[in-house]
Amino acid sequence: MTVDWIFEWLNGLFTTLSGNPFFLIIAILVPCLALFGFITVYAFVVIYMELKVSSFIQDKVGPMGQGVGLHAGKWGVLQPIADALKLLTKEDIIPESADKPLFIMAPFMIFIGAFIGFIALPFGEYIIITDLNIGIFYILAVGSFSVIALILAGWASNNKWSLYGGMRSAAQIVSYEIPAGLSIVVVIMLSSTLSMQGIVKYQEGGIFNWIIFTNPFAFVAFFIYFISAMAETNRTPFDIPEAESELVGGFHTEYSGMRFAFFFLSEYANMFVVSGVAATGFLGGWQSPIPGYFNTPLWGIFWMLSKTMFLVFMMIWMRWTFPRLRVDQLMNVCWKVLLPISLVNIFGVGIWTLVFG
Amino acid sequence: MGIVHGQEMVLNIGPQHPSTHGVLRLQVRTDGEIISEIKPFIGYLHRCFEKHSENVTYEQVIPFTDRCDYLASMANNFGYVVAMEELMDIKVPERVEFIRVIMGELQRIASHLLALGVYGLDVGAFTPFLHMFRDRERILDIFEMTCGARLLYNYMWVGGLSHDLPVGFMDVTYNFLDYFEPKIGEFNDLLSHNKIFVERTADVGVLPPDVAISYGVSGPNLRASGVKWDIRKDEPYSIYDRFDFDVPIGEGIKGSVGDCWDRYYVRMLEMMESVKILRQALSQIPKDGDVHQTIPKKIRPPKGSIYKRTETPRGDLGYYIVSDGSPVPYRVKMRSPAFTALSVLGEIANGWMMSDVIAILGSLDIVLGEIDR
Repeated sequence: MTVDWIFEWLNGLFTTLSGNPFFLIIAILVPCLALFGFITVYAFVVIYMELKVSSFIQDKVGPMGQGVGLHAGKWGVLQPIADALKLLTKEDIIPESADKPLFIMAPFMIFIGAFIGFIALPFGEYIIITDLNIGIFYILAVGSFSVIALILAGWASNNKWSLYGGMRSAAQIVSYEIPAGLSIVVVIMLSSTLSMQGIVKYQEGGIFNWIIFTNPFAFVAFFIYFISAMAETNRTPFDIPEAESELVGGFHTEYSGMRFAFFFLSEYANMFVVSGVAATGFLGGWQSPIPGYFNTPLWGIFWMLSKTMFLVFMMIWMRWTFPRLRVDQLMNVCWKVLLPISLVNIFGVGIWTLVFG
Repeated sequence: MGIVHGQEMVLNIGPQHPSTHGVLRLQVRTDGEIISEIKPFIGYLHRCFEKHSENVTYEQVIPFTDRCDYLASMANNFGYVVAMEELMDIKVPERVEFIRVIMGELQRIASHLLALGVYGLDVGAFTPFLHMFRDRERILDIFEMTCGARLLYNYMWVGGLSHDLPVGFMDVTYNFLDYFEPKIGEFNDLLSHNKIFVERTADVGVLPPDVAISYGVSGPNLRASGVKWDIRKDEPYSIYDRFDFDVPIGEGIKGSVGDCWDRYYVRMLEMMESVKILRQALSQIPKDGDVHQTIPKKIRPPKGSIYKRTETPRGDLGYYIVSDGSPVPYRVKMRSPAFTALSVLGEIANGWMMSDVIAILGSLDIVLGEIDR
C-alpha cells in the first residue's frame, strides 16, 4: 500500500518520466529503509529494557553512567550502543571446518525472516507497509522461515553443540507453530478476514470488542498463542536451542561479532513481530480501548506500540523468572496440552458464534 | 514399531563448559538427546596438595586446605585444625570453639547459597542465582571484617585463631540472620516450588540410599537419599554436641527420595538449621578469652597418625595425618566428599537426557578444587 502511494506520488511529481521502473525501486527501498531504521531503534530500546528490567528483577541497578565522563550515558542509556559497537568491532571468526557459504548465509536468512514479518503489521489505519489480504497468514508463514536459518547455522558450524541446538530448534519451532496457528484460526473465524487491517477494524469500539474479551475461548486462545509465540522466539522458559548451561551457545556457539549480532537482533525483532500479531489479533491493534477517544493516527501508533511493548515486557519478565524446560517436556506441553486445547477452542468458538453470534 | 536408534556420538562436556562447575571433562556417549554412558575425567585443577604438604611445616598446610574447597575454606581449615589438635592433644579455649562453630556455620550457609544459586543457573533460572549471591556477599563481608580475606581465609590455626572477633561482629551477624531468615521463604517461592523447576528436578537422577552408601557419598547428597547421617550429630567434634539442631533428610516431597529436588531442598533446610546453630552460638559465646592462648610455639606432634573427619558443606571431609616427629608432616591425605559425589555420577546419570545430566551434576554440588586437590 505504502509502496503504491510512493510510486504514484513519484509518478505525479515527475510526469515526464511516469512509470519509470526506477521509481518502483525507490518506492520499495524507502519503506524498507524506514523499517530497518525502526528495527534498529527498537532493538536499542528493547535491549536497554532487557538490561534494566532484568537488573531490577535481580536486585541490582544495571548499566549506569559513572562519574563525570558518563561512560554509558545517564542511567546507562548508551549501553546498547556500546554493545553494538563492541560487536561491530569484534573479530569475525569463521571456523576452519565450517561449511563457509551456509555459515555466512544463516544470520542473514534469520534476519530476513524476522524483517519481512514487519511488512504486514499495522500501526494505524494508513500506517502499514502493505495490507496483504492474507496478512496474518503471511506473518505466520515467514515467521517459520527462521527455523531453516537455525538448522543451517547449527549444521554449518560443524560443532556438536551447534548441531544439538539446530536440531532442538527445528523440533521446537515446527511443533509450536501448530498451536500458534490454530489459535490464530480463532481470530480468523471471528473476524472472517485474513487481512490485518480487517482484523483490527473488526475490533472497533472499545476494550470489550477486542477479540480477547469477546468470548472465553478467544481468551484461552490468546494465552496459547502467546506461549507458543514465546517458544517460537526461543525465549526462556523455551530457550532450549541456545540453553547456555547445557549447549554452551546452541546454534550460535561458533558465531562471533556482527554475525552473532544478527542472531541477537532477529530474536528481538521476532519478539516484536509475534507480540505485534498478538496485539493485532487479540488486543485490538491500533484501536483505542475507549471508543471514540484517542483515535487519531498518532494515538494509533501509540496504542499499537504500547500493546506490543507490553507483551515484549511480559516476555522479558518471564525470561528472568522461570527456569528452562527440558526438550521432551517442551514437546509434551505442545502436543499434549496446547494442541488439544486449541483444537477444542476452534470448536468452542464455532459453537459460541452459532449460539450467541 | 521399535524405538529408532541412530548412530551414537561421543561428546566432550568440558573442560571449558558453562556448567561443569570448574574444569571437569565429562565424556558422554549420546544417542540423540539420551546419554548412554558418562565418564568423568578429572585432574585439570591438580595442584599437588598432598605432595606439597609433605614439604611444608604443619601450619603452612592450612593455606593449602583453603584452596582445596575454595567455596568452603573455613570448613576445610576447621577439619585440619581439629585433626591436628587431637594429634597434639591440645584443648582450645571455649571462645575459640564458639568462634569456629560460628564461622563453620556461616560458611555452610555461604556455600549452600552458591550451590543452590548455581543449580538454578544449571536448569536455566538466572535470577535466583543473583539473589543468592547478593546474600552470600553479606557473609563474605562478615568474613572480610573478621580476617581480612573474602575467599581464602587461613583463619583457623592449630590451637587457636588468627584474629579474635572484630568490634561489632555480633551486631553484623545478628543483622544478617534477621535479614536472611525470611529470604529462605522467598527463595522457596521463586525457585523451589516453581512448577518448571520441580518438573526438571523431581524424580530425576534418583540416588538410592544403598548405592549412596556403597559409593561413600556423604553430606547433603547422602541425607537427601534418606540416610540420617551427619558427623556433627553422630560423631560430634568441637562443641557441636551442645547445640540443638535437626538433621534434615530427603523425604521425596515432589518425587521420590533421593532425586535432584531432594538434594536441592535438603541444602535449603540445612541453611535454616545453620541459622538455628548460629543463634545459639552467638548467644552463648563467652565474652572473654584469648584466641592465641593455646597456639603452640612449635608444632611438632608426637610420632603417630590420626584420621579425623568433619562435616563440611559438601560432606565428610577426612584428614589422615601421619607424623614422624619432625616439624614437617610425613603424609597428609585428604578424603574429599566431592570426589565421592562425582564418582556416583556415572551410576545415576546413565539413560537420562542431556539436560538432566547437567541437572544431576549440579545437584551433586561438586567443587573441582577439592576433587583434584
